[in-house]
Amino acid sequence: MSISETYVRYRRTLGEEPLAIGVVLVALWMVWALVSGLWTGGIQVSSLASLVWDGLLRGLIIGLAGIGLSMTYSILNFANFAHGDYLTSGAFAGMATSYLVAGIGENSVGALLLVGAGGSVFGGALGIGVTTSPIAVVLGAIVAGGLTIALALFIDRFVYKPIRDESGIALLITSIGVAFALRYLIQFVFGAGVRGTTAAGSVPRINVPAFDGTFRVTAHDASLIVVAGGLMLGVHLLLQRTKLGKAMRAMSDNEDLARITGIPTERVIRTTWIVGAGLTGIAGYMFVLWKGTLGFNDGWLLLLLVFAAVILGGIGSIYGAIGGGIVIGLTASVSVIWIPSEFGRAAAFMVMIVILLFKPEGIFSGRTTA
Amino acid sequence: MSVDDLRGRFEGLFERDVTLVLAVLGTIYLAYVLAGVAFGYGLRGQLNSIANLTFYVGAFGMLALALNLHWGYTGLFNIGIVGFMGIGVYVTALVSKPPVAQGGAAQVGGLGLPLGVGMLAGVVVAGGFGLLVALPALRLRADYLAIVTVAFSEIIRFTMMSRTFQSYTVPDTIDLTVAGVQLFSLDPTADTIGLGGGGGLILNYADPLEALLRTLFLWEPYLGFVAFVQRTLIPNNPKPVIDGLLYGIVLLIGVGLFYLLLSRTGKSPFGRVLKAIREDEDVANALGKDTDRFKLTAFVLGSALMGLGGILWYSSRGSITPPSFRPNITFFVWIALIIGGAGSNTGSFLGGAIFAGLLYEGPRYVKNLVEAAFNLGDAPRNFGEAVAAFGSLDPVPFLVYTLDSVSQLRLVIMGVVLIWLMHNRPEGLLGHRKETASSVDLTRPSGGDAGNAAAADGGENR
Repeated sequence: MSISETYVRYRRTLGEEPLAIGVVLVALWMVWALVSGLWTGGIQVSSLASLVWDGLLRGLIIGLAGIGLSMTYSILNFANFAHGDYLTSGAFAGMATSYLVAGIGENSVGALLLVGAGGSVFGGALGIGVTTSPIAVVLGAIVAGGLTIALALFIDRFVYKPIRDESGIALLITSIGVAFALRYLIQFVFGAGVRGTTAAGSVPRINVPAFDGTFRVTAHDASLIVVAGGLMLGVHLLLQRTKLGKAMRAMSDNEDLARITGIPTERVIRTTWIVGAGLTGIAGYMFVLWKGTLGFNDGWLLLLLVFAAVILGGIGSIYGAIGGGIVIGLTASVSVIWIPSEFGRAAAFMVMIVILLFKPEGIFSGRTTA
Repeated sequence: MSVDDLRGRFEGLFERDVTLVLAVLGTIYLAYVLAGVAFGYGLRGQLNSIANLTFYVGAFGMLALALNLHWGYTGLFNIGIVGFMGIGVYVTALVSKPPVAQGGAAQVGGLGLPLGVGMLAGVVVAGGFGLLVALPALRLRADYLAIVTVAFSEIIRFTMMSRTFQSYTVPDTIDLTVAGVQLFSLDPTADTIGLGGGGGLILNYADPLEALLRTLFLWEPYLGFVAFVQRTLIPNNPKPVIDGLLYGIVLLIGVGLFYLLLSRTGKSPFGRVLKAIREDEDVANALGKDTDRFKLTAFVLGSALMGLGGILWYSSRGSITPPSFRPNITFFVWIALIIGGAGSNTGSFLGGAIFAGLLYEGPRYVKNLVEAAFNLGDAPRNFGEAVAAFGSLDPVPFLVYTLDSVSQLRLVIMGVVLIWLMHNRPEGLLGHRKETASSVDLTRPSGGDAGNAAAADGGENR
């Protein structure tokens, strides 16, 4: 049997072509359903716009969190399942700081530091919000980034570094252990309850007109865009203007070769954790500020979407992570036009699976950390 | 080396494994009995505690064995176990629940077929979904396969929770008419059918144990035995206790069957190809094996077994709800497998037993023991109050809070144990027991004349 014959048979067995046809048909049906819905008025332009806006913001958070995951994935060569719990850690650290700054003097320090565990303090009563307590929010974001960096370096030193040379799968399994320990320690300290964290009523909002109605833009939406955009630009410059980006690319291609050419690999790894974890912590904090609730499971629930974004964009590419994040965020939000709303996240996972089948190297393919 | 010699060797290994398994199980059970004595349990309490332990040993043993087929033998990184378990038990429920809704209007009915049919359907559908996942996903790298399978299990959970599939009304008759010709007409017994949404399903079919015993014509003798126990040992209502114990034993028999099936599979030519794929898929491919087909078969078989494991775990419960099928269960099974050592069936079962006894149920017993020994009073409501007492140099509230949160700290302990294992014993507690992809023993015979100078021929002629 010749190679080409085997290849053809391979393609047939796995039913690649029927799948591709299926995907195209589904896409056509979606376009038709959307256009006819808009035409007949079944779908309002304003509600579509509001879904797109929501998806875009969600996507920015996923993308921001995805940069860190993508960097460690390509350089340390393993899928870090604890990444979601880094997000949660950042969110709790940042919110504890915001609570402390906003509420010191009137409430007990313990209750503030525990982010109101057991309903002792309420974020709404403290007036947490980017306009009502700007200093608390800025400090919260900084501490979220800083503490997540410290946490990531600590975990790297004691968990990942001793088994740096093991296979990616061994590291992946270890990271599941880290995720468990971290998530349930957070629950042990901060409690299992989901709490409201912001003064949701007093966040300034404007209604943007959109053809047949309006959609709402809040101050937290705007601050999320500013922070995410600024950090993404910063990482871009950091990796473009310094040698770090080049060193990281060299390491993700071939670590031994990189070490031979004099790249201090351990230092690059540490820098990777610092940049990645800093972004992750701030992403976690901004996520919680934006959605207004905080629970110990938040990061874990976001993790699979972050993985989807990173795979979609191509592992190792920060632009891929951002682009993938926005695609995944939009998918999870906008897909409710076509399917029941419970399946928004399922749709995002399906997009990831389809990408893995047809273009496993990602849509912005190639290892282009920089 | 003659065949008999080889067989003797295998049997010797099996003997040692049996003693090992019995020793580990004996230790765990002894610890539980002693804990029961410390609690001042009567016979009833002791039996309850043992039944509970046996249940989890059986459940985790079975699932770890099924996972061993995926990861230990074939090297397929499946972290969607709980999805297959959920499919198994939900399909069983759909097929076997009685048709008339008994739990009020909110409850959905089922097809009302016998439980055996339902279980078979559950296993088959779980295997079918295994095929559905495997067909596209097996081409992927191990870490991608991991992410796809965990995403799959989450999609399954979203489907269970969804209002869309909550309940359907089944028409009284289903007619399929094409161009005026009636092809068939079906009169289904079901009125409503569905996945029950977030509220889950009430499993109001026949008790699985009763169904099993009735099939084996053992139901009457069993009732007689229960009556006997009531007269002699436990005067008030012993049936639930004996039911629990017997169900645990049924699960252990299930483990035995899984073990037999998987070790036979592992030693067959099919199993050797699987191990070869785990070692190096390209080589197996180059030797003319259609590795895709082998991986597919192994994945489907393992998924079906996971479905069966899920059925046996959940079908004796009164109801099932979607939150039971979170990915945590998947990781529990993984920890069990890694404790025992992937690649060895005995190790898988031992890992399951140790996980169930020490990590899954153990912390709760420690908590109860401490609470029985010291009168500690009420736990602080939150971490803050617990730590605040340190100000007055009183560590007791913190300790009480820690004990009170043992169900969460249990997962922290599991995580730390997993990290420790990956650092220190990645091959599992049993040591390196991975079976080789060969029909003959590849290890060099040790001892004897190994040190002789005559080994100039490379020792090949021995």
